[in-house]
Amino acid sequence: MIHIDNLSKSFTLHNQGSAVIPVMADANLTVAAGECLALTGASGAGKSTLMRLIYGNYLAAGGRILVGDVDVATSEPRDILQLRRETLGYVSQFLRVVPRVPTLEVVAEPLLAVGKSPEEALTRAKMLLGRLNIPERLWSLSPTTFSGGEQQRVNIARGFAHNYPAMLLDEPTASLDPTNRETVLHLIEEAKARGAAIIGIFHDADARARVADREIDVAQFTPKAA
Amino acid sequence: MTPLLEVQNITKRYGSRIGCAEVNFTLYPGEVMGIVGESGSGKSTLLNCLAGHLPPDEGAVLYDTRADGMVDTVTMSEPERRMLSRTDWAFVHQNPRDGLRMGVSAGGNVGERLMAVGARHYGNIRDTATDWLGRVEIAAERIDDRPSAFSGGMQQRLQIARNLVTSPRLIFMDEPTGGLDVSVQARLLDLLRGLVRDLGLSAVIVSHDLAVVRLLADRLMVMKGGHVVESGLTDQVLDDPQHGYTQLLVSSVLQV
Amino acid sequence: MSDYNFAYLDEQTKRMIRRALLKAVAIPGYQVPFASREMPMPYGWGTGGVQVTAACLRPEDTLKVIDQGADDTTNAISIRKFFERTAHVKVTTHTAEATVIQTRHRIPEEPLTEDQILVYQVPIPEPLRFLEPRETETRKMHALEEYGLMHVKLYEDIARHGEIATSYAYPVKVEGRYVMDPSPIPKFDNPKMEMAALQLFGAGREQRIYAIPPYTEVVSLDFEDHPFVASKADHSCELCGADNAYLDEVIIDDAGERMFVCSDTDYCESRRATQQEDAA
Repeated sequence: MIHIDNLSKSFTLHNQGSAVIPVMADANLTVAAGECLALTGASGAGKSTLMRLIYGNYLAAGGRILVGDVDVATSEPRDILQLRRETLGYVSQFLRVVPRVPTLEVVAEPLLAVGKSPEEALTRAKMLLGRLNIPERLWSLSPTTFSGGEQQRVNIARGFAHNYPAMLLDEPTASLDPTNRETVLHLIEEAKARGAAIIGIFHDADARARVADREIDVAQFTPKAA
Repeated sequence: MTPLLEVQNITKRYGSRIGCAEVNFTLYPGEVMGIVGESGSGKSTLLNCLAGHLPPDEGAVLYDTRADGMVDTVTMSEPERRMLSRTDWAFVHQNPRDGLRMGVSAGGNVGERLMAVGARHYGNIRDTATDWLGRVEIAAERIDDRPSAFSGGMQQRLQIARNLVTSPRLIFMDEPTGGLDVSVQARLLDLLRGLVRDLGLSAVIVSHDLAVVRLLADRLMVMKGGHVVESGLTDQVLDDPQHGYTQLLVSSVLQV
Repeated sequence: MSDYNFAYLDEQTKRMIRRALLKAVAIPGYQVPFASREMPMPYGWGTGGVQVTAACLRPEDTLKVIDQGADDTTNAISIRKFFERTAHVKVTTHTAEATVIQTRHRIPEEPLTEDQILVYQVPIPEPLRFLEPRETETRKMHALEEYGLMHVKLYEDIARHGEIATSYAYPVKVEGRYVMDPSPIPKFDNPKMEMAALQLFGAGREQRIYAIPPYTEVVSLDFEDHPFVASKADHSCELCGADNAYLDEVIIDDAGERMFVCSDTDYCESRRATQQEDAA
């Protein structure tokens, strides 16, 4: 489902003497449908960078990033947008929403974007918010005023609203209490069971051991000092 | 899918000075394109060339008209272009005073485009106007008030209602949230996003506010000195800017 | 006074005005610019109408001048005397006897014939002016038939007053094409504009001439659910008893007593003369 060939990435800082900072070279990996791959490595090793490259948030310098049959490294913006809408989900560590939009609509939005009816979308959104223990009295409020943990759970609900065939999870269990952590791990297992290919970053070693089928240390993709 | 708008090599000069030069892009139905850049970068000139307010010196603006398919709006006759801009297109000015008739009631402002395309039933026009005021969150009892009695945010929402009443497919916006205070901006952004999604609108939005385009635009073009220096997915351009100017622009935003 | 050219204006000026008139007749309702001259009267007293009348008059014509329907007001009398002196034409107060009638803000009650010309004095010829101040833009709107704005004015009327409150200078569409300001005649007169006589409009200060040829279609703008009504005061004339003529409300004493009388003085007088004959 996700297939990466010879991926490389560097940052050029034009305003700091055009310094070129290579951050990744010769990255190769494959994730099959129904499989969960955990990215490991020290902080700054490039786990998040790799996730962002796959999501198209960062522009690849070379190589291929196939998600399904779309090459994220070379596709037109609108093809990537379609991929994000239908195929590739991303649960980041931070919730970014338009102020004032009620939580329920924030969670339902990915479903509306793929053309689901408002009733169907809202039903699923309510189910997910319920499972993640967001009190019903908060559903009509904007999540911008919520606590960090609540925001994180809203973010997860939104990420799991649509059944994406491929998912990127950045620390999905961070800052969660045991009950909610358990719910999130269940959601991940359910996603795997329906055949989603998942790439995740889990600092929580127990969680990683439980849901990940394989691990890969991104340190091996760090460019060797020439 | 056929593109809704195809911009080819648009160039506008003011004497020897460049307004905008060699701009190319394609907009598909439902897409929102943001144009960012500092004052004088040519983004408003470009928008005015696209919307038919300024004749470009070179280039073509192909639009997928309902009747005849792809037509170059630069060379089409003026009556056709004016018809297009009051039916299938919309233009939201930064200053609502430029886009509203300040001496005409809110209902009349919204109804004008309907009457311009032949609506002649007062009751129906008024019902539609009331409906649209509701959609932009203006109370129905304000329908007979003039815009001069409205707050800045309300005026801007009224301008949007006035523009969208004929169900256009393409909306041009010039700094739609400029000049509004932050809480009003948020409300307007939310409203615009909802309308764009619910009505399947395509939009070209000019703004110098990167936060605004991050929330509204799918894609981004960065302009400097009349040229497009970088374009791509909005979050990619903002999070991994490739061009030196964009890097400067992104790093210059004040954090809150 | 024989030092004046016939009808005051020199022949070249009259030719210029006639060319404008011909163009105006050819494009009913279209405002033709013309080089309006200074006339020996202030703007607002009918300088446009006087120039059109001067360009139309022949020595054998009979002229009638009315102001708000009356033959005996200052404005009507001075214009009538002006042409008596400068053109030596016959003048009359009887509508049927006149070949040229110059009017300020009324159409005579008696139907006009193909042998007559009705000349209107126009203060502001542009019907879109109060909504769109730019002349460049209103010209373009006429050229492209963008008349939605005209209905916005009527919409505002209904929104504010519950009905179309415009009672004079009520906009019309001529021959299905140009929207035209009929000059400040009461809307009661609007239906009469589809008539046998030639109607010419002159705006001196604004330098515009327009026309409605005989038997041209003139439609008053309205909404489907608020149709045009040619209203008048709900009374009959207290002098001649006419119940289908446009009426003036006249205050007759310091106690605020008032009466309604025909605004068309000639019409009222002829009716009363006939009634007296019948009674005799």
